[in-house]
Amino acid sequence: MMKEISIMIVGVGGQGTLLTSRILGNVAMELGYDVKMSEIHGMAQRGGSVVTYVKMGEKVYSPIIEEQTADIVLAFEELEGFRWHKYLKKDGLMVMNTQKIDPMPVIIGRAKYPEQISEKLSEAYNNTVFINAIDLARELGNVKVVNVIMLGKIAKILEIDKDLFIKAIEQAVPPKLLDLNKEAFMMGYTN
Amino acid sequence: MKKKLMIGNQAIARGAYEAGVTVVSSYPGTPSTEITEFMTEYKEIYSEWAPNEKVAMEVAIGASVGGARALCAMKHVGLNVAADPLFTASYIGVNAGLVIIVADDPGMHSSQNEQDSRHYAKAAKMPMLEPTDSQECIDFIKLAFEISETFDTPVMVRLSTRVSHSQSIVETGDRQDVVLKDFVKDPAKYVMMPAMARKRHVFVEERMNRLLDYSNQTPINKIINNEGGPGIITDGIAFQYCMEALGDKASYLKLGMVYPLPDQKLKEFYSSQEKVYVVEELDPFIEERCKVLGLSDVIGKDLFPICGEFNAGMIKEKILNETITDEIKIETTEVPVRPPVMCPGCPHRGMYYVLKKAKLNVIGDIGCYTLGALPPLEAMDTCVCMGASVSMAHGIDKARGAEFTKKTVAVIGDSTFVHSGITGLIDIAYNKGISTVIILDNSITGMTGHQENPSTGKTLMGEPTVSLDFVKLSEAVGIKRVTVCDPFDLKGFEKIVKEETSTEEPSVIITQRPCALLKTAQVFPPYHINTEACRYCKMCLKVGCPSIIDLGDGVVINDALCVGCGLCASVCPFNAIDKGEQG
Repeated sequence: MMKEISIMIVGVGGQGTLLTSRILGNVAMELGYDVKMSEIHGMAQRGGSVVTYVKMGEKVYSPIIEEQTADIVLAFEELEGFRWHKYLKKDGLMVMNTQKIDPMPVIIGRAKYPEQISEKLSEAYNNTVFINAIDLARELGNVKVVNVIMLGKIAKILEIDKDLFIKAIEQAVPPKLLDLNKEAFMMGYTN
Repeated sequence: MKKKLMIGNQAIARGAYEAGVTVVSSYPGTPSTEITEFMTEYKEIYSEWAPNEKVAMEVAIGASVGGARALCAMKHVGLNVAADPLFTASYIGVNAGLVIIVADDPGMHSSQNEQDSRHYAKAAKMPMLEPTDSQECIDFIKLAFEISETFDTPVMVRLSTRVSHSQSIVETGDRQDVVLKDFVKDPAKYVMMPAMARKRHVFVEERMNRLLDYSNQTPINKIINNEGGPGIITDGIAFQYCMEALGDKASYLKLGMVYPLPDQKLKEFYSSQEKVYVVEELDPFIEERCKVLGLSDVIGKDLFPICGEFNAGMIKEKILNETITDEIKIETTEVPVRPPVMCPGCPHRGMYYVLKKAKLNVIGDIGCYTLGALPPLEAMDTCVCMGASVSMAHGIDKARGAEFTKKTVAVIGDSTFVHSGITGLIDIAYNKGISTVIILDNSITGMTGHQENPSTGKTLMGEPTVSLDFVKLSEAVGIKRVTVCDPFDLKGFEKIVKEETSTEEPSVIITQRPCALLKTAQVFPPYHINTEACRYCKMCLKVGCPSIIDLGDGVVINDALCVGCGLCASVCPFNAIDKGEQG
């Protein structure tokens, strides 16, 4: 029987979490899993906190994930990882991009961005992986590929054949951006 | 058949295609918007954005009477706008099939209220189906058209955010060949005057009886029996939560048809179970029917909330008393919220800055600009429904008189104005109001993700068309003072606002600047802070741009976000923000 895997992808509106979850879901389907994913459109996209769920298994019913039930939280941003870590299972895996994006209350000085998030999380959870995807994306000359770098990272962690992902990327991105995205995927896969 | 992952909304469009639909008319609204966007993938279907949901539904009714299978889609509050045609469409029935999709938003992810649309099916006396995943979205749409034509009734299909916006695997089928039916003149059926309507009402009540029989027999109202455990009566996405929480530890009556509810099946299921729960999001719609039928021991809203969404964990906790007891390891009470914000370069920002500075009362409306109510702008005082800004401003004028009205403006986006602001403006002109209405023309329907509208010059299909002229329209309804300006020209806009609010005549100000996310919006090199000139007065932070960051002892502009709109530079009293150089 196939293992059931619940992945929560969290980030900030505009970071491209939707594309990552959709490619992940399509690859899982190709592998023969039942798949459900939940997205929130509308208000959340205006720079707000964005959450998508990807669940795969022999048969998946609910498209959403509750507190303490996620196998993996894939955080595109530190504060968002910190906000949603409670959704991780006790022995779950936190994969975090160590990028910081200030929310409006911090920008206008009404709140402080929490300190030492990665330290706190590595202390609390046995399984944590940190990746500096924004710097890697800058190396590639395009900060928008953070999502594909994160996809590469999760592909490696899930030990899924990378060619399946490359194929899915080919279908999802416009031809002129294909080489950049493939490169970004491999960067996440190998780093 | 190829398997595909589809969000529920995409599956609805697919179902419409397979059902042979040829006409679709809708108004965008989260979570229903993508249904109509996905229709454009099928060249066999004519699809359009209507100015509002009432028009959309009437277009669909017309197409059905005209002999074509037709569909309209809207969010729950949109159905309020379309309620007038809805109730009488029920009387006239259909020629070719007619399906009305309504997407509710439990949890209010992107809505101003949490109403339960099932009440509408009951009130308008028409059947309602409710799918629980994307495959059922396809299957139920096809079934809805069959029911529609068999029973001579429009059929409603209810979705919720988690069905509309969740992806699950579907198998697609071929398109059914549906021939355009003849248009037959039949005033007794299609002209609803009292004499005809009285007869049709009798027909409607008879139809409800036949639909009740259907509901008792249809396999979409399905009993799933398992050994032991409680009985669960459920519908929509709650069914999936129950299956995940309880699996085969419970028996189910899964209601695919939520109106009319199957009396016999409810009784049969109730009497076969020792303990029965009704698990439904929002109102106790099924529970109340059970109680009317004398199934008085069902457990529903005594245990489950009316407000907000459910999930599998909640059901486990309430029914099985199972909770996860692992300790959460880090206290994260001090995590700052991340509310949605207006984008860098957003044309609404400059406008609110001026309105706030002028200390005006701002009667607001529905759209991206509703975000102007949040810190740091905090510049909006009311928001009720689409179009309400204009008419509410008039009400305040009549309640409090000229002096107060001179300190008040209505703000409304281009699409919202076309949707239902126009009638309010006519009221102001006709009834000698003196309100100032600001139409925020950003050339697109923004909040729902960039849909064309009658003022953008393009159709849903991207074809060029006429565009509504706000100036001529305002003048035509009787407004003599109409001005057009750029909301980023702060001084110019401020002057106009002062002039227009101070007169005892109605006026319209049209602010024109495209949404910063549009491809046509101009992007300039990022601005930067001249640290020598900056006195850290924080004026620039007051505009609430996500690309300006407060460092505690100075400010910095995030060059990855800044689009070079220059608004911050124009509010800086020390000229300490410099234009970026062309790279």
